[in-house]
Amino acid sequence: MKFSYFPGCSLKGLGRAYEESLLPVMAHLGVELEELDDWNCCGATAYMAVDEAKACVLAARNLALAERSGMSQILAPCAACYLVLNKTKHYFHDYPAMQQTIGRALGAVGLSYRGATAVRHPLDVLINDVGLEAVKQKVERPLSGLKVATYYGCQLVRPYATFDDAWNPTTMDRLLVALGATIVPFPLKTKCCGGSLTGTVPKAGIRMVYILHREARKRGADCIATVCPLCQFNLDAYHAAVNSRYGRVVVPTVYFTQLMGLAFGLPENRLGLNRAAVRFAWRPPAPVPASRPVAAPPLAPV
Amino acid sequence: MIANPGNQPEVRIGFYVCHCGHNIAGVVDCPAVAAYVAGLPGVVLSRDYKYMCSDPGQELLQQDVREHRLNRVIVASCSPLLHEHTFRQATAAAGLNPFLCHMVNLREHAAWVHTDRHAATEKAKALARAAVRRVTWHRALEVKRAPIHPQVLIVGGGIAGIHAALVLAEAGKEVFLVEREPSIGGHMARFDKTFPTLDCAACILTPKMSAVGTHPRITLWTYSEVTKVEGYVGNFTVTVTRKPRYVHEDRCTGCQECVAHCVYKEAKFRDEFNEGLGKRKPIYIPFPQATPQVTLIDPLVCLNFKKGVLTNRCKQTCVEACGDRQAIDFQQQEEYLQIKVGTILVTTGFQTFDVRRMPQYGYGTFPNVYTALEVERLVNASGPTGGEVLLRDGRRPGAIGIVHCVGSRDKKTNRWCSRVCCMYSLKLAHLLKEHSGAEVYNFYIDLRTPGKGYEEFYDKLNTEGVHFIRGRVGEVTDWAVTPEEEGKLVIRVEDTLAGFVRRIPVDMVVLSTGLEPRHDAQAVRRMFNMSCGTEGFFLERHPKLAPVSTFTDGVFIAGCCQGPRDIPDTVAQAGAAAAEALALIDRGYVEQEPNTAHVLDDCSGCKSCLPLCPYAAITIDPVSRKAVINEALCKGCGTCVASCPSGSIGQHLFEDDELLNEIAGVLAE
Repeated sequence: MKFSYFPGCSLKGLGRAYEESLLPVMAHLGVELEELDDWNCCGATAYMAVDEAKACVLAARNLALAERSGMSQILAPCAACYLVLNKTKHYFHDYPAMQQTIGRALGAVGLSYRGATAVRHPLDVLINDVGLEAVKQKVERPLSGLKVATYYGCQLVRPYATFDDAWNPTTMDRLLVALGATIVPFPLKTKCCGGSLTGTVPKAGIRMVYILHREARKRGADCIATVCPLCQFNLDAYHAAVNSRYGRVVVPTVYFTQLMGLAFGLPENRLGLNRAAVRFAWRPPAPVPASRPVAAPPLAPV
Repeated sequence: MIANPGNQPEVRIGFYVCHCGHNIAGVVDCPAVAAYVAGLPGVVLSRDYKYMCSDPGQELLQQDVREHRLNRVIVASCSPLLHEHTFRQATAAAGLNPFLCHMVNLREHAAWVHTDRHAATEKAKALARAAVRRVTWHRALEVKRAPIHPQVLIVGGGIAGIHAALVLAEAGKEVFLVEREPSIGGHMARFDKTFPTLDCAACILTPKMSAVGTHPRITLWTYSEVTKVEGYVGNFTVTVTRKPRYVHEDRCTGCQECVAHCVYKEAKFRDEFNEGLGKRKPIYIPFPQATPQVTLIDPLVCLNFKKGVLTNRCKQTCVEACGDRQAIDFQQQEEYLQIKVGTILVTTGFQTFDVRRMPQYGYGTFPNVYTALEVERLVNASGPTGGEVLLRDGRRPGAIGIVHCVGSRDKKTNRWCSRVCCMYSLKLAHLLKEHSGAEVYNFYIDLRTPGKGYEEFYDKLNTEGVHFIRGRVGEVTDWAVTPEEEGKLVIRVEDTLAGFVRRIPVDMVVLSTGLEPRHDAQAVRRMFNMSCGTEGFFLERHPKLAPVSTFTDGVFIAGCCQGPRDIPDTVAQAGAAAAEALALIDRGYVEQEPNTAHVLDDCSGCKSCLPLCPYAAITIDPVSRKAVINEALCKGCGTCVASCPSGSIGQHLFEDDELLNEIAGVLAE
């Protein structure tokens, strides 16, 4: 299993912990990731809102590079990258005018795109390609007793519900259950994390962050597991503002890949756990030494 | 190749192009088409006329045939499906063989599908030219008559099947009513009251059910399915599979001693009739008024069966209780019955939308989210709570939200309006308020109350203090924001009249599920050789003029299998279907279109056509060693004609010379 890995800006910046945990986890499962050479901005958020065509051209360059490298599938762990790359694919197929614009722009730099590259998210690959059974087999230290609120954010399953349900996504739930964790019912799975409001209208943005933390805490979650660097950043970085305005409600926010790393028994100091502002101190119980196999008693004659 | 039959002195064609009001004339230049055709060889007369199907139009045709000694007629108008019969009749009335009349479909094939007047007119000319060449080769044909079996098969014992069965039986016809479930009654038997009169559904249905059960001319087979249908109108052979109830219907008296004495002292298995809100035993009767009043055993849970195989893990106290009647028989097997019928009524009904397809409404996650059908049982006096509105945790609801259009009018699920949900939601709102005194909120997109007394019922609810909020519900959640919402289900909805998002905390949510085709509608469609519309409901022959007929003669449809409708409409339709069947039966014969295949002299007897015929109409004559086609069985599908390696099977109305000349006519300049 080999994928062209598209980290996007977040995984090299604020979301470094995501990459730091994703790479060893995937390697541990035998999934080969080859970072896309010379990748550029995916075209997310601001670009998309201001000029769709330019955003799509930016995304299409990455898809074209992946296609040229001979890889049929691109892995985009960041929810924003995943959405924009998918959206560009859809626009490319559905709107001839957009196809022409993209073709012209790419042509100017000697590239071309045929629309063949599949855009995949790690959750999709883990559930559908690797499979929960294979994941289970790698679990060394089950996450027994850990109560997790799974938080998917808005971009992963909307508007394109590619591999999970748009209203009630469950792939991360199933994955974490396979790791031994307990999932708390969390009705805000796909609610907004505040997005860029935390920067532009902080009062509103921080309230949205608070709503998520409050509900997770109410449900008894030890942590919120996320798939998106922006969600993780909002939920984690504004902890002081939230706590001072609304009282101590913040629970730690981790990437699902960090929980996988812990369950697989990978070195803790190499999962980026130290990067979060709100420390996630929980660790899985020490592995029980495997008991020696006991020979079965001889069967009584029938 | 058949020789030119035109050994009559001269082919004299009369051509008529119909304006069909603006339907054709709006796009096709009809006078130009008529003028063009007038110049074609063999055409004696060519006219354009406003409505050919009108009485004066038909009169004109007949007069022309007589005055101008026409021996071929072409009408270029609408689909032959609509008026071929009309014009053939008119031709015959003028003294000509009706099969010397041919139709060109200018409406569907030219006018309705084009906007360019010039191009459409040219196309019309080409189609007319083709018809002129084709009709030259037409031969006179005879219509054959076949007798019709007076027995009728009705598939599905809901209110539609019940009503049709009684109408037909009262008219003296022999009826076979086949029902899949252990009792007839269908969905209606589960309803509490009916809108807008609030009649008790059971009170008006059960007399009809028992009338079906006791009627001397109705053979009722419940727990049975039609598994094979062969033949054609007037002469169907139907195989019915009867599932084993493990109780002999003729010996069981319905005393239910067996149920009382079952080794399970408590009922503990899902009660299908009560939508799982109640429990039943492994041996049970579906509901008090079930018809027939015969118990049955569920082999999946009865201790005597394990994985469907008979075991001896049970003391068989039921057999003991049954005593001398000896009705219980664990060895009972599936039974296959074959019957001959002349007509078939399909009244297989609907299924309700599976609300799990919309997880945002929390069904299955939150116990106090109910489907409307569950609530019907909940408010029913013979339901699992005796008619008391109690939540799954035993509490009484203080506030109830009814969510309309769940699985209706939604591009993501089903696009159509299910027609009954507005009214049954209003009915449930009334009943819930009456039974529980709770605050009731209706969340609707539009309220559709088009029926006798329906709008008045809605008015009545407004005076009863039921709340109406216009907006499609976004989600049902237990995410509480305020202290009042704690422990409640919160309905989030955009109130499109007030223009903001509301959060309404309630204790109970009712999902007004839409109606959809049964999951096996496609299989049923194939079995009875019917068509389905895009949404999967069975397709009527014509939405306005043949609403209970199908494209297969002798097969009729009624009720929700054709599309969502309420009880009055279903009963009306069932009556209509019964009347159509009666008309066929009382005529005593069916006319058979003479478009049958026939074997030509050069048949070598290779037998390759034999296995291809879907109607087993072909045999080999032992003397001549040539294939012989039984005209009564041949349906004119053309499979043998196309596959004959030596080209020695022809088909009336589709002879090679007719088709080749038609094609040449289209392609000619």
